[in-house]
Amino acid sequence: MSLVVEAKGLKKYYDGVKAVDGLDLEIGEGEIYGLLGPNGAGKTTTILILLGLTEPTAGEVKVLGYNPAREPLKVKRLTGYLPENLGFYDDLSARENLLYTAYLNRIPEREAKKRVAEVLEIVGLSDVAERRVGAFSRGMRQRLGIADVLLKDPKFVILDEPTSGIDPEGAQQILEMIVRLREEKGMTIMLSSHLLHQVQRICDRVGIIHQGKLVAQGSVGELGAVVEEGQHLFEVRASRVDEALLDTLRGIEGVTSVEVEGDLIRVKATEDVRPRIARAVIESGAELVELKGHTYTLEEIYLRYFQE
Amino acid sequence: MNAVFWKELADHLGSKRFVIFFFLILIVGGASAYLAAQALFGQETESEYIYLRLFTVSGGGLPSFLGFLAFFGPLIGVVLGFDAINSEFNRGTVSRVLSQPIYRDWWINGKFLAGLTALGIAVASIILIIVGLGLYILGFPPGGAEISRAAMFFVISVVYLGFWLSLGILFSIVFRQTATSALASIALWLFFTLFLYMLAGLIADQVAPIKPGVSADVFAKHESIRDLVLRFSPVALYEEATTAILIPSYRGLGIAALLQEATIPTSPLPLGQSLLIVWPQLVGLVALTSVCFAISYVIFMRREIRST
Ligand SMILES: Nc1ncnc2c1ncn2[C@@H]1O[C@H](COP(=O)(O)OP(=O)(O)OP(=O)(O)O)[C@@H](O)[C@H]1O
Ligand SMILES: [Mg+2]
Repeated sequence: MSLVVEAKGLKKYYDGVKAVDGLDLEIGEGEIYGLLGPNGAGKTTTILILLGLTEPTAGEVKVLGYNPAREPLKVKRLTGYLPENLGFYDDLSARENLLYTAYLNRIPEREAKKRVAEVLEIVGLSDVAERRVGAFSRGMRQRLGIADVLLKDPKFVILDEPTSGIDPEGAQQILEMIVRLREEKGMTIMLSSHLLHQVQRICDRVGIIHQGKLVAQGSVGELGAVVEEGQHLFEVRASRVDEALLDTLRGIEGVTSVEVEGDLIRVKATEDVRPRIARAVIESGAELVELKGHTYTLEEIYLRYFQE
Repeated sequence: MNAVFWKELADHLGSKRFVIFFFLILIVGGASAYLAAQALFGQETESEYIYLRLFTVSGGGLPSFLGFLAFFGPLIGVVLGFDAINSEFNRGTVSRVLSQPIYRDWWINGKFLAGLTALGIAVASIILIIVGLGLYILGFPPGGAEISRAAMFFVISVVYLGFWLSLGILFSIVFRQTATSALASIALWLFFTLFLYMLAGLIADQVAPIKPGVSADVFAKHESIRDLVLRFSPVALYEEATTAILIPSYRGLGIAALLQEATIPTSPLPLGQSLLIVWPQLVGLVALTSVCFAISYVIFMRREIRST
């Protein structure tokens, strides 16, 4: 698998502010990669560096084999970018806006018209093609932005917060569109977001970025494991909780920690120890009210990184 | 760059501000030429180049067309440029445009050429209308020499307006707010059209005060210092250049030329000679334009493209 993005030790400082601070990033061909992080984490800055729209203070970047600072045009010919604050020429129609993009890409007129009609069809805006973009809703603009990205038939697409400010149904449509693009056209896609459950659904891999550093990276499943270093978490409710029970639980083979929170006992272990927990509770004379395993959602993984 | 050029040109020609300014110069230019023609009517035997005098003669309280263009032309140039780049930032279109495979300097050049073409169209049509008016009132067609001088006048005027356009574009890059760049443009316009003249007089008075009974030397020095200061003003450069073109007997600035004129009967110079006289002024205007461009490039080439 060849790499679409290859970044090593990326840094971007704004007089004192470390927006990106030693970031390593690799994205393989055909991947959907999600960049996650709270506001101000450095997501947009990273994206700008990848596109040559800002120069890194230090570090090396290659996008599709080219250095975006030195050969920006080669990168931009092959890369589509949906900016986070998307703007159009409001007094031009949707079609005219797209035609302008097509001409900027030196697509000849006849071809351009055909392509514009095609991408408008893909994003479902054919009916309003002649309407002024100024009169478009947020969701329509966002879809028009995706049409704009698709015009040049990119190999690699970067979407900065593609679903922010969009209602759930619209967001759903956009996500489906993204997945379809990868399936039908084999595009590599990188998106940034803070809407975790969405990213979780469509991304092959995610990177969690915090204060300019990539604090974790991998598939959502892997990340869950990484968070707890391969541990399982079980939540136990018993009719009576005393020190003796806790000691027994601590003594179970494979258990690494036991914490009490109200009537809830959290047990961490390196393997599935549910039968042993159940037996320990019953042997202590108490009744087992509830015992359940816990798998991490991206939300929890994410929160864990940003709690400290 | 073609795509940028045609889009921007269409934007200009359809914009309210262009239409307003176009009709403003059309009305004032037409009126001043009409009054000039009335004043000149019946004198055609006395003076050659009567058509050119339509541009330079003032009548009925209105300034001559030349004076009007020298004074208001800058405003028109600046108005087409002052929001060229910062409005793209404010609308958020800059990220989309510059993530297409185009060079940043092409974008500026395309905008400049489109503005220049719009200005050219405006000036050319007004010159043609004035000549047409002259034909109607005077009743005979212009001669070949007059046509070539009028064409030269057109070229110099477009170069002059082009300087102001490039200044407007420079300000649109320096200032993020369109209101600030508009104010800065207007301030510089007032400085060059009004204050620099006062300043030049003031400096000359300081260095070589003219009191009753001073020698011709002091008088000459006073004038040359004034001229020297005015050399820095594009307005003065333009006035000089166009005066030499439109008044064929004009032999240049300064006391020497004045004295010469007094002794030698003035005969019109051939166009080539007039061009030689205005060559430095023309080069000066082009140089000032290049300076604006150079600064624009330096600032814009490495600027971060983030739409906020
Ligand atoms: N031009 C700038 N000058 C100074 N600091 C900047 C500049 N641009 C960004 N920053 C800072 O860099 C940091 C990273 O910003 P960035 O826009 O990359 O964050 P982000 O992850 O995209 O956040 P968001 O979710 O809000 O879009 C922030 O702390 C921001 O304040
Ligand atoms: Mg951002």
